[in-house]
Amino acid sequence: MLDYRLSDELEALRKTVEQFAREVVAPRAAEYDERKEFPYDIVRQMAEMGLFGLPFPEEYGGMGGDYFALCLAIEELARADSSVAITLEAGVSLGAMPVYRFGTEEQRREWLPRLASGEALGAFGLTEPGGGSDAGATATRAVLDGDEWVINGTKSFITNSGTNITRLVTVTAVTGESDGRKEISSIMVPVPTEGFAVAKDYSKVGWHASDTHEITFTDVRVPSANLLGRRGRGYANFLSILDEGRIAIAALATGLAQACVDECVKYAKERHAFGRPIGSNQAIAFKIADMEMKAHMSRLAYYRAAEKMLRGEPFKKEAAIAKLYSSEAAVDNAREATQIHGGYGFMNEFPVARHWRDSKILEIGEGTSEVQRMLIARELGL
Amino acid sequence: MNIVVCVKQVPDTATERKLRPDDKTIDREAAEGVINEICEYAVEEALRLKEAHGGEVTVLTMGPSKATDTIRKALAMGADKAVHLVDDALHGSDGLQTSYALAQVLKKIGFDVVILGSESTDARMGTLAAMLAERLDAPQLSLANKVEIDGSTIRIQRLTDYGFDRVEASLPAVVSVVEKINEPRYPSFKGIMAAKKKPVETLSVADAEIDAAKVGLASAATEVVDFAVAPPRAAGTIVKDEGDGGVKVAEFLASKKFV
Ligand SMILES: Cc1cc2nc3c(=O)[nH]c(=O)nc-3n(C[C@H](O)[C@H](O)[C@H](O)COP(=O)(O)OP(=O)(O)OC[C@H]3O[C@@H](n4cnc5c(N)ncnc54)[C@H](O)[C@@H]3O)c2cc1C
Repeated sequence: MLDYRLSDELEALRKTVEQFAREVVAPRAAEYDERKEFPYDIVRQMAEMGLFGLPFPEEYGGMGGDYFALCLAIEELARADSSVAITLEAGVSLGAMPVYRFGTEEQRREWLPRLASGEALGAFGLTEPGGGSDAGATATRAVLDGDEWVINGTKSFITNSGTNITRLVTVTAVTGESDGRKEISSIMVPVPTEGFAVAKDYSKVGWHASDTHEITFTDVRVPSANLLGRRGRGYANFLSILDEGRIAIAALATGLAQACVDECVKYAKERHAFGRPIGSNQAIAFKIADMEMKAHMSRLAYYRAAEKMLRGEPFKKEAAIAKLYSSEAAVDNAREATQIHGGYGFMNEFPVARHWRDSKILEIGEGTSEVQRMLIARELGL
Repeated sequence: MNIVVCVKQVPDTATERKLRPDDKTIDREAAEGVINEICEYAVEEALRLKEAHGGEVTVLTMGPSKATDTIRKALAMGADKAVHLVDDALHGSDGLQTSYALAQVLKKIGFDVVILGSESTDARMGTLAAMLAERLDAPQLSLANKVEIDGSTIRIQRLTDYGFDRVEASLPAVVSVVEKINEPRYPSFKGIMAAKKKPVETLSVADAEIDAAKVGLASAATEVVDFAVAPPRAAGTIVKDEGDGGVKVAEFLASKKFV
């Protein structure tokens, strides 16, 4: 009954993405990281492989796979480079998925084929300068004027919002009040649109080849038909999108945690100190054993959360556990991997240095570790 | 156009590859079987020819039953169907016998163009295209880094040490390709799913009208007499420049007959 083997097709997908990550992504990751440049050519090749369409049905231009297939691809990409992995994660699970889950048939037909083909990139703007964890504190406003929404506000740290191929940013905005509570809705903003502006690049610690921008809306007008999902359901809808997204982030974290193990196993055999490989010291070997354990547990946790989600069972707690555990595992593994590489681990030309810089955000984005603990505790009735 | 692309499964070059001590053939169980790298380029070229001229791409593989993984990969890339020649009688066949067996299948299924990689990473004979062409009485266009078809004429650029030759023949023909020819596509998930449903015809030696006495280790024309593990790489020579570094390097290169 219990079976963790991948089907032949999923294994073939995993292997294909692994090969692509090894042959195409890995050799150029350091270069893009150093130049802080969005890797358009690599993203185009990911698009040609259909990675942006993985979880969507073929009728919307998708590959007919599921969310777990997407997670497998994200894990394999993250073994080579977190930046391209988060570009895929944000583009699909935050950019396109809300349209698939909550869009009308017309909205799906208009947007999904372009987003699924990777020709257009989507983004999701929730976080604001004044708050991310407390998403209910949204200050961005949208007012209906005739048959148009007029949007004003600012969103911070929005992944994929400023590339040349960004065509859709869905934002949450206050659209009124009901029973003394803010009514929050999601609205699709096509890019470019007058009044939509992208601020200059952030100076980030990691994810250098991923696109992150602050975006502002100044009297941005979009048709009233761009409302995504029911009016006032914006808050509930994005919470469910974030629940799923956590599984994808857990897959990304698993890939990073595994990459650290793989680099260390190689290095611990090659690098000699005191006349023998450093890996022959138990202090080093045990570190790597612990790292392998954490990568393994991270994978099991996200597989389980995805399984529950795909079965249609409640998966909030499992998703939070997977995201929390794997992001902490990624940070731990990256720290230890840097340690095992000694001075070279602090040099950007070594992948572990990049993994170290790329890991920390995993404990912050799509719900901080504190937020995950809050969710788990809440599920336990605390 | 009926395009047949020959694809071989080989032991993964990233793992340790071994010969079997008993019959000195490649140990295909010891390492994971993967598609021979140049075969991916051959499949890609076949798909591009199909995209340009229409027709059908058939994958032809001779190999043990686990070679189906490799066939599926070629189908996932976009080939239409496959023929898998699999029979215990074929075990240990050398290049001559392999070309005989594949030629029998090709005569049976017919072809306008046969495309194959210039060599496999396991045996590295690099002779199959020539042998096949001879057995099929078809022109051989080898080491192509570019292929064009125009009506019943096929033109290639053959990669040479000095540049390339332009070679032309009429169809049907046998073409071997080099890695410079293209960038093989990665299969999409849709391709992977579709591959599951594509027809794979399995042929035995008898089905393909291959004379069992002419294939397999026992009747092979060549024999692996002995083999030894390659010695570990020795430390390199370090030339210290004490004013005569250039001369020393030149002498070293001359001693190895590089200059
Ligand atoms: C590179 C990058 C990409 C991003 N991409 C996107 C994107 O595409 N779309 C998007 O909408 N957002 C995005 N974000 C934003 C990200 O999701 C938020 O930064 C995150 O949710 C935290 O919000 P905050 O920064 O406002 O921190 P705050 O909410 O201000 O939190 C600060 C600290 O307080 C803690 N805290 C808050 N409330 C509580 C509480 N009740 N109990 C205990 N501790 C608490 C937090 O855990 C955290 O440690 C991105 C961020 C980065 C850095």
